[in-house]
Amino acid sequence: MTEIRFTIDGRACTAKPGQTIVDAAKANGVYIPVLCNYEGLKPAGSCRICTVRVAGRYMAACTQPVTEGMAVENTAPDLEDMRRSLIEMLFVEGNHLCPSCEKSGNCELQGLAYRYRMLSPRFPYLWPVRTVDATVPLLMLDRNRCVQCLRCVRGVTARDGRKIFASVERGARVTIEVDKKLAARLSEEEARRAMDICPVGAILRKEKGFALPIGKRKFDHAPIGSDIEKGIGR
Amino acid sequence: MPQEKDIILKHPKDPEALLDVIRDVQARDGRVSDDAVGRIAAHLKLSEADVRGAVTFYHFFSLAPRGASTVYLNDSITSRMKGRTAVARAFEEETGCRFGEVSADGKIGLFPTSCIGMSDQEPSAIVDGVVFTALNPEKARAIVRGLRAGTPAQDQVVAFGDGLNQSELVRAMVANNIRKRGPVLFGAHEPGAAVRKAAAMTPEQVIDEIKRSGLLGRGGAGFPTGLKWEFCRREKAPQRFVVCNADEGEPGTFKDRVILTELPRLLFEGMIVAGYAIGAKTGVLYLRSEYAYLRPHLESVLADLRKDKLLGRKIAGSGSFDFDIVIKSGAGAYICGEESALLESAEGRRGEPRDRPPFPVQKGYKDQPTTVNNVETLATAARILVEGAAWFKALGTAQSAGTKLLSVSGDCSRPGVYEIEYGLTVASLLEMAGGTGAKAVQVGGPSGSCIAPAGFGRKIDFSDLATGGSIIVFGPDRDIFEIVANFMDFFVEESCGWCVPCRAGNVLLRKKFDKVARGLGTEGDLRDLETWGKLVKATSRCGLGQTSPNPILTTLKSFPDLYEARIRKGEEFVPDFDLAAAVQAGCTAANRQPECKESLHD
Repeated sequence: MTEIRFTIDGRACTAKPGQTIVDAAKANGVYIPVLCNYEGLKPAGSCRICTVRVAGRYMAACTQPVTEGMAVENTAPDLEDMRRSLIEMLFVEGNHLCPSCEKSGNCELQGLAYRYRMLSPRFPYLWPVRTVDATVPLLMLDRNRCVQCLRCVRGVTARDGRKIFASVERGARVTIEVDKKLAARLSEEEARRAMDICPVGAILRKEKGFALPIGKRKFDHAPIGSDIEKGIGR
Repeated sequence: MPQEKDIILKHPKDPEALLDVIRDVQARDGRVSDDAVGRIAAHLKLSEADVRGAVTFYHFFSLAPRGASTVYLNDSITSRMKGRTAVARAFEEETGCRFGEVSADGKIGLFPTSCIGMSDQEPSAIVDGVVFTALNPEKARAIVRGLRAGTPAQDQVVAFGDGLNQSELVRAMVANNIRKRGPVLFGAHEPGAAVRKAAAMTPEQVIDEIKRSGLLGRGGAGFPTGLKWEFCRREKAPQRFVVCNADEGEPGTFKDRVILTELPRLLFEGMIVAGYAIGAKTGVLYLRSEYAYLRPHLESVLADLRKDKLLGRKIAGSGSFDFDIVIKSGAGAYICGEESALLESAEGRRGEPRDRPPFPVQKGYKDQPTTVNNVETLATAARILVEGAAWFKALGTAQSAGTKLLSVSGDCSRPGVYEIEYGLTVASLLEMAGGTGAKAVQVGGPSGSCIAPAGFGRKIDFSDLATGGSIIVFGPDRDIFEIVANFMDFFVEESCGWCVPCRAGNVLLRKKFDKVARGLGTEGDLRDLETWGKLVKATSRCGLGQTSPNPILTTLKSFPDLYEARIRKGEEFVPDFDLAAAVQAGCTAANRQPECKESLHD
């Protein structure tokens, strides 16, 4: 297979044809922050946190395939500040109360906020009124914590392919709705997967929680993305 | 209810029919009930959540009742400039309900809506699918009384507009307001000439002719049309499609309305020519819901074309070229003018844009190579084929060949459509339209630029002021802040909500702008507006968010003095929250003065 040569912040990298910038970067030990992206799901390009710059143009690295000779800017200070802005936007457009959230320590949004050293957001809090849907047997859907990444929409389907989660409304009112009839048939394992696929604490397994002690959670010891960066110099 | 069954079951069991099914249910019931959601989902093998997703995405669909009759009053800036506030009040007084509500007897619902393509005859409204233009409070009251008395909206239209607006199949009070006829769109055209000419050429020759003409897309983006067709033709695929984007939703634009009314044959010829060029058998006209009143007229033109052997099998004696056109309707969503969102909508889903690549020429309608072209682009292409590339190239400027159809509205004595040659200055246009003395001109609608008099020497073409054609004139007494606020409200309402910067960023920009407009801004707030605006533009997923901060950014540039005068210079921090105002009601009730006023804002 022909290899594509490209650079990230000047560092020579290689990619397979059709590989996205995010995936190719990962394979080369370079971390590009992502939130909506999830291995095995079709990229959605919804969070825009993976925004990179190529020849002066901004693009989402999770949806953009690498092309020969591409010079990707990933860590330019202004670019990193844009990413931090987007993370902050997510914090102000929802109601995120980390200390009481079951996903704390495993939450990718929280992980990104720590990595980007967010102290307090530059934007005013919007304090939206959002609802919790606990009518489904195994799961509860807390829209306060939802970041509209669409991972559940893309990744959790019924056996016949029908969507269990779908977006309703539009614009700032957009929110996730769970199909009650289909969700009622979710198995224990499928419910677990729905919770795992959610990067934040919006989809939670009911009646079980806080099982992992502090210190054993995903991001307790090293910032999000560290696993990818360990590959550097390989 | 056996009737309910029919309305849903008569549609094919194909998810692509989703919007058509919802439209029928909405039209009959004034809503899509839980019960209907369940039945639609079962019929189309979709999840109920999916069906709700589609219903709630489109402005003209609703889960909650919208009334036996529904009034959608245009909320665009031109509507406001021409007296919308008084008209809205009249509607509210006469129905006894507020906008966003349904009258107590359930008979009439009042709802605001984004620009409906009538900016040259505002205030306008759509009542049960029927367009009412040039409204005033008396007319508004009469409409409500008529509806209450059982007179259908269509029967309340007594005087029809000019041209084909009067035809039996349109019967609309809409006026064409064609102010300047240019040589391309309004030049003499022998019906069928473009199709016959194409059929006598090879597809490659047709593409080459369009390429040599220098035709650039008329929707606003300005992509070379011939190149788009060539890319599409080159893709190997079982089938290809031509899609005509008749979803002009940019506030202030209405030029495609006039083409669809008066020149549909020319437009369809353009689609047929495009189909021949790229090797398609099917064309889709995606018609915005606001123009649904033109659908019977358009269908009848298609029927005529079939009779004339310009559509159907072996077109124009070509021996092998089969092509037909279907019409698909939108349901109220500005974003569907974005080509990939349009395709999603045409396939029966929420109008959420797709990621590119793949581009529509690679994977478009039904995942097949598709050329999506604007109404005006296709009509122009038909004329180019007849008159030749050289003829077309001689019009306009070196980089911007040909003519452009502009929709001019606002504070001018001759609002309407103008077919002008590229290279015309804003000042010359203002003179033509009777808008001299303007304080500002909005070129390209909210997503375009707001130009101050110092920029009136600028030219309308692709190298200076590229525009889809919306031109709104603002007279000396207009408040720029009110205009910007209206435009930002529009983008907040019309964002699809998929990506973070557009969904949240526009809300935050709108709030920050409001702080400045209320006189609570600082120099820091102006810097924030600029930085946040650039952030939203740079990181948004599609053209909506990539242009939505323009009302703020271009007025900051064109009218810095206005902003400077509004802010509190030298003050480091002024809170957004006005405590005195917040406690005013309580203080009034307690019969005392707010004590916090001094410390916070003065």
